[in-house]
Amino acid sequence: MTGTLAKKQAWAGLIFASPWFIGFSAFIAYPVLASVYFSFCDYSVLKPPVYVGAENYTDLIHDELFWTTVRNTLVYASMTLPASMLTALILAMLLNAKVKGMAVYRTMFFIPALVPQVSLAILWSWILNGDHGVLNAFIGPIYHLFHKSPPNWMGTPEWSKPAMVLMSVWSVGNAVLIYLASLQDVPTSLIEAAELDGANGWKKTLNVTLPMISPVILFNGIMGIIGTLQVFTGPYIMFPNGQPAHSTYFYTEYLYDNAFKYHKMGYASAMGWILFVMILILTFVSIRLSEKHVHYQGS
Amino acid sequence: MDRGAFFIPALVAVSLAAVGASEYLTKPAPPDGKVHVVYWEKWTDFEFTAMKDVVDSFNKSQDKIQVDILSISGIDDKTLMAVSGKMPPDVAGLYGANVTQYADDKAVIPLDDLCKEAGIKEDQYVPAFWDICNTRGHLYALPSCPASVAIHWNTEMFKQAGLDPKKPPKTWGEVFEMAKKITKKDANGHMTVSGFLPAEPGWWSWMWGPLFGGKLWDGKDKITCNDEGHLHAYDWIQSFSKEFGGANLASTKSGFGTFSSPQNGFLAGKLAMEPQGVWMYNFISKFAPDLKWAAAPLPAPDDRPDLGDATIVDLDVLCIPTGAKHPKEGFEFIKYVESQKGMEMLCLGQRKASPLRAVSDDFYKKHPNPFIKLFADMAYSKNAVAVPKLGIWPEYQAEINSMYDEVALMQKTPKEALDDLQKRMQPKLDQYLRRLKERGEN
Repeated sequence: MTGTLAKKQAWAGLIFASPWFIGFSAFIAYPVLASVYFSFCDYSVLKPPVYVGAENYTDLIHDELFWTTVRNTLVYASMTLPASMLTALILAMLLNAKVKGMAVYRTMFFIPALVPQVSLAILWSWILNGDHGVLNAFIGPIYHLFHKSPPNWMGTPEWSKPAMVLMSVWSVGNAVLIYLASLQDVPTSLIEAAELDGANGWKKTLNVTLPMISPVILFNGIMGIIGTLQVFTGPYIMFPNGQPAHSTYFYTEYLYDNAFKYHKMGYASAMGWILFVMILILTFVSIRLSEKHVHYQGS
Repeated sequence: MDRGAFFIPALVAVSLAAVGASEYLTKPAPPDGKVHVVYWEKWTDFEFTAMKDVVDSFNKSQDKIQVDILSISGIDDKTLMAVSGKMPPDVAGLYGANVTQYADDKAVIPLDDLCKEAGIKEDQYVPAFWDICNTRGHLYALPSCPASVAIHWNTEMFKQAGLDPKKPPKTWGEVFEMAKKITKKDANGHMTVSGFLPAEPGWWSWMWGPLFGGKLWDGKDKITCNDEGHLHAYDWIQSFSKEFGGANLASTKSGFGTFSSPQNGFLAGKLAMEPQGVWMYNFISKFAPDLKWAAAPLPAPDDRPDLGDATIVDLDVLCIPTGAKHPKEGFEFIKYVESQKGMEMLCLGQRKASPLRAVSDDFYKKHPNPFIKLFADMAYSKNAVAVPKLGIWPEYQAEINSMYDEVALMQKTPKEALDDLQKRMQPKLDQYLRRLKERGEN
């Protein structure tokens, strides 16, 4: 009887979970496995794939544009990640203060995160416009004092990546929210104990708050690595074709163009797997490097 | 174990199945007994309305076929996906530049036999447009709306700069000299008014080489983008950067609003000369009806007067995607569009010239664009240039755009930039052709 019941429960469980199993198999597992095979094929989506061995991978090694996109993506990530993490952390600490009307401030800082990426890109195209942009309207007079023109954010390779970083930092609302939640989780008893020991604000932050929220910093860092390496929508709309001079041509844009514009799905699949391995290695390294600096409560 | 453990999932499954099937069950069968042809078109706004009028006219003209037109953004990508998903439309309104790539990928079917049966022949069309529809010895598309490009100039700005408003530049050297006279700068050296920006509108960065006598490839297996014509063209482009500053030119261009807006540099009276297509009239009449302007064929290089009266020819096309359910009925509709009546209705509605040789007097009389005859005649020019018939064209074009930036921003000399482009593109063409050969398709 017990065995039958267990069997029935197992079946019921499977039936309940079956929509997920079916969806996962059809829309995730199969495409993922198929893309491994396609990465070794000449495949345009429209004609049957033809096996070409590792040609797609060897071509990528010799593809100058591939390395340009890798370089652009890593430079962008190394600029954006610290900038947005630090901004988010500082904002979260400010928004954690006990001030009247805090709910309004918190909402204000979170709202940019709700703006759809496409709208955000169009909005920032205007903010960063070299001639009529709001940003240059503010900083222009300073430049003019020295008889210089303010940066042409979107028209010159030197300023196009910093322009992207500025846009990314503006929408750190999600990270702020996560930091804020963890900051509110820091036990007040520890803060009070530090105060009794004579710690000032800076020492409390450095020795109590930061260690206590370190797992969340690591989480945001890893999510940031994944997010910045996959940056797509903003530059695709703001800087068509990676203009100027491929300075904003990022990895996923080249992948997309290969797949859907150049009909080289095999090549794009190979790029997809290389990106996966890159993210995997960076995530692994981050976790290993953070072992001594991340403190888990209860461990 | 109670029955609920099975009852609830079963109920959920039945409900899901019912929801899934409901669309199929409730979808009414076409009550008219007609064959419904699905037609995807890229156009919006009045251009879409013009084609919708042709569709309505076709639907009224007979009682066996009903064309259902749908405006689709990103039509090239979506057609690609629909063909691979075996759910393509019956007719797709693609771009002329897509023809070779889609034909090589077998995404569209050849129309030779259907045209022969319908009596559609080469001599009915302006040669440049018919040529765009042909690739690898077969016809894969038929024209919808054609375009040719002329230099547009602001006659008022010419007058203000002391130039004869009736005399357009005949050579690219004259364009440079006129630009110097017209351009004005503020105290910080920023251009407030520009005579000419080689990067505006920036849609045809590839055109400069061919307009200076260069060739983008040899028509067989060699990329030839670093030939004399290209070198000459990009030297000329870089002369603007040397004169006005590369960053300054980029900044001025980025200060213009989007093309379809009153902030467009030419429409706002901030740019005196610009190569633009037959459609420019539509935007002038909408956003700057008081603008004083004129149009003329594109100039020639100073040392090559034989390359005068040039233009770029481009074309929107109608194709039948591979796997279309109703190719014959779809072609019936295409045949209607290709008739003089259908084509003139469409081109007049979109205010463009006709790709057909035979044009009624009424067409020109009714046409609002005062330069329409010029645009129609330019398409016959021996110096009309079109995108090359290369399967790797989208990639080649993207690389040209980037190379253009490198030259304009003076990151490289024209020779370095063109040699690098040649070095990058030749292996890509080699591989493309080799893979076609391995599949037995070349």
